[in-house]
Amino acid sequence: MMKYLALFRIRFSNSLQYRAAAAAGMVTQFAWGFMEIFAFRAFYRANPSAFPMEFSQVASYIWIQQAFLAIFMVWFYENEIFEAISNGAIAYELVRPMDLYNRWFAQSVANRMARAILRSLPILLVACLVPPPLRISLPASGLQFALFSLSFFLSLGVVVAYTMIVYVITFFTLSPVGIRIIAAMLADFLAGAILPLPFFPDRARAVAELLPFAAMQNMPLRIYTGHISGVEALGGIGLQVFWFMVLLLLGRLMMKRALQKVVVQGG
Amino acid sequence: MGLYFKFFSMHLKSQMEYKTSFFFTIVGQFTVSFTSLLGVWFLFELFHEVEGFTFPQVLLCFATVLMSFSLAECFGRAFDQFPRMLANGEFDRVLVRPQGVIRQVLMAKIDFTRLGRLTQAVLVFGYALPRSGVLWTWDKVCTLVLMVVCGSLVFFCLFLIYAAISFFTLEGLEFMNILTDGGREFGRYPFSIYGEGILKFLTYVVPLALFQYYPLLYLVGREASLRYMLAPLGGLVFAVPAYALWRLGLRNYVSTGS
Amino acid sequence: MIRVQSLNKTFRVAQRQAGLAEAVKALFSREYSTIQALKDVSFSIQEGEMVGYIGPNGAGKSTTIKIMCGILHPDSGTCEINGRIPWRDRKNHVATIGVVFGQRSQLWWDVPVIDSFKLLKDIYGVGEQVYRRNLDELVELLGISELLVKPTRSLSLGQRMRCELAASLLHQPRILFLDEPTIGLDAVSKIAVRQFMKKLNQERGTTVILTTHDMQDIEVLAERIILIGRGQILLDGSLSELKRRSTALKTITMEYRGDVPRLGPGMKLVDSREGRLVLELDPAMCSASEAISALAAQVEVLDLSISGVSAEEMVASLYQEYKI
Repeated sequence: MMKYLALFRIRFSNSLQYRAAAAAGMVTQFAWGFMEIFAFRAFYRANPSAFPMEFSQVASYIWIQQAFLAIFMVWFYENEIFEAISNGAIAYELVRPMDLYNRWFAQSVANRMARAILRSLPILLVACLVPPPLRISLPASGLQFALFSLSFFLSLGVVVAYTMIVYVITFFTLSPVGIRIIAAMLADFLAGAILPLPFFPDRARAVAELLPFAAMQNMPLRIYTGHISGVEALGGIGLQVFWFMVLLLLGRLMMKRALQKVVVQGG
Repeated sequence: MGLYFKFFSMHLKSQMEYKTSFFFTIVGQFTVSFTSLLGVWFLFELFHEVEGFTFPQVLLCFATVLMSFSLAECFGRAFDQFPRMLANGEFDRVLVRPQGVIRQVLMAKIDFTRLGRLTQAVLVFGYALPRSGVLWTWDKVCTLVLMVVCGSLVFFCLFLIYAAISFFTLEGLEFMNILTDGGREFGRYPFSIYGEGILKFLTYVVPLALFQYYPLLYLVGREASLRYMLAPLGGLVFAVPAYALWRLGLRNYVSTGS
Repeated sequence: MIRVQSLNKTFRVAQRQAGLAEAVKALFSREYSTIQALKDVSFSIQEGEMVGYIGPNGAGKSTTIKIMCGILHPDSGTCEINGRIPWRDRKNHVATIGVVFGQRSQLWWDVPVIDSFKLLKDIYGVGEQVYRRNLDELVELLGISELLVKPTRSLSLGQRMRCELAASLLHQPRILFLDEPTIGLDAVSKIAVRQFMKKLNQERGTTVILTTHDMQDIEVLAERIILIGRGQILLDGSLSELKRRSTALKTITMEYRGDVPRLGPGMKLVDSREGRLVLELDPAMCSASEAISALAAQVEVLDLSISGVSAEEMVASLYQEYKI
């Protein structure tokens, strides 16, 4: 455990080095959040009765999403890992006394957390200060918040487990950039990154909710806003646990096969 | 111009060396914009119109911005990736050659994978043009061409500004993404829907709305004045501060060599 | 035709400390330090000279080269090349120079070398005839005719460097700047590159300025050496002058018959076995010929060798002397 903590510390202080990048990231995400909310406001005005969530829920959804972008979005890949695979540096990784899957998993989690911690607080703070329809609202109850927290970490797990599979596919195919982009964009779309799932047409939504991507940002964000609560939330969290396990197992299995291949080919 | 075409064919040759990768990247680029297209479509399934614009009319907007952006990105890619050019010394190479600096940077990279987005823009135009309720008289056609051409130039100026800033600092450039990627993503709807303040900003400061919202009003017949038709030309003024900033950055680079 | 007069250049560098606490602190304030990259640097180089510009990393070599190429302004001082100030008249200036950066390629990675050459022809606006003649000559001198049709990525480092050299010379520059041209090359390629540069200098009269860490390059190529350290010119002269200035010791190994000889000033005994003697000689106090005659006067010399001080050792000793 200590070594994972050390990993996290390094990543965190690394990300602190880039203060201007952090500041710029915050400004970007903040502006992005505003624009998203304004767009939804226009649609809300066009026809309030067709709006599938409450407007304040959408505002909260977007603020939390922007604040924790680095946690939720698949496309924050670890470029180091892609490079290690394509330039053969992976050979070094294999001689270290750490399980490669765990190491990469931990590294991804650490990097995402490090990025998010630095950026989330100021964004959330400002989101609390803007005038009401745009303002972020707090979860309805302490229980709701607890459920959100749980779901939040599970979604991080699901996202990272999914990216692990993308890395392993890179092993097999030395996959061109395109595949990574497609893998990230489809996942993020189906996770509700562009449009929350309630805005999907019924059939598309029914399908999307069954996919593992719904266990990504969709779940914690909707629990936070109160769009999903109580027993339904518990069920959702159960589904997240299920997908997390499946992706984790699948990733480990694929990694094992991939490493065998590396060893056989002599890396 | 002859030199540019030679570079053009060299880039094409280079990229054709990796056909699989090239193909997948094109598909990837296509997917990126396709998900935002899906987003628009899903919303219109629910709401049918926004601010009085119908789905095909919004798609005109979407396709204009997407096409402008991908043209600017395809040809101005080196500016978009300028920090890398500075870091690996490629820019120093530019300075030791007897050709204009902007011209050389422009030629340094032409990214044909952006065709993925361009194709999508063409397809969306194909769908939206006949359904938008616009009677395509010659003036409307001209307006549309102006929108795309001036739009590419405005996006190109944004890349130029991005490159100019990277002469001073390589950190914190991310905020420019609001204007470039943000311009593309949020430009899928007429900029008026974001409210008065944003529209003013995008008219007078960063003139994205000049090639998007105003001429769109002319296209759909909400405004008949020539001012709206020719609004995209106003966006060209943006080249002045962009170029000035570039010169300033270049001067700074030559004096600090950072 | 190259005149550099009292160049000064400073850079501002952000400092980074290790550790989490320091990193947090750096979020709010950051310390900068200024580095004087060049301090009153002056020299002039005549047409047709071949100059080795040497010094340890960070001494100011690239800064000087960048100024001479017009990539960088100095803070003060002048630099005039062929009557032009490089950064004032960039396009005209760079048309007359060639630049090879040893670690970066100017050839297109994925297309045949000849295509890169053709493109350079257009970039420099070289006429068809001149281009043909130059190309044929360079291809022959460098022995690259088979390489022309291959894409750069398939070339070995040595092959690539030969093509790089050709690429920088297609427009017949009067001055060639070479930044570590032999770095990473195998022995055979190094020799080929050196021979070529020598020929270029002798036959075309091209002025060559090269920076290098490889002392063999210097020994073979440079008639003149400019040594820079901490932004200052420490020495500007021939290799033999450098040798004279050097404090590096020579080693004399001698086999002899007779009694152990007495050693004069500047000689220090390292090893003495029966009939064999190793001693160190400080050339500043006693020249090699003086030492030999002093020894020969006392014993019968059977065999004697003086290890030539390598340029590398000399430079190292100079670095030490100047504490750079």
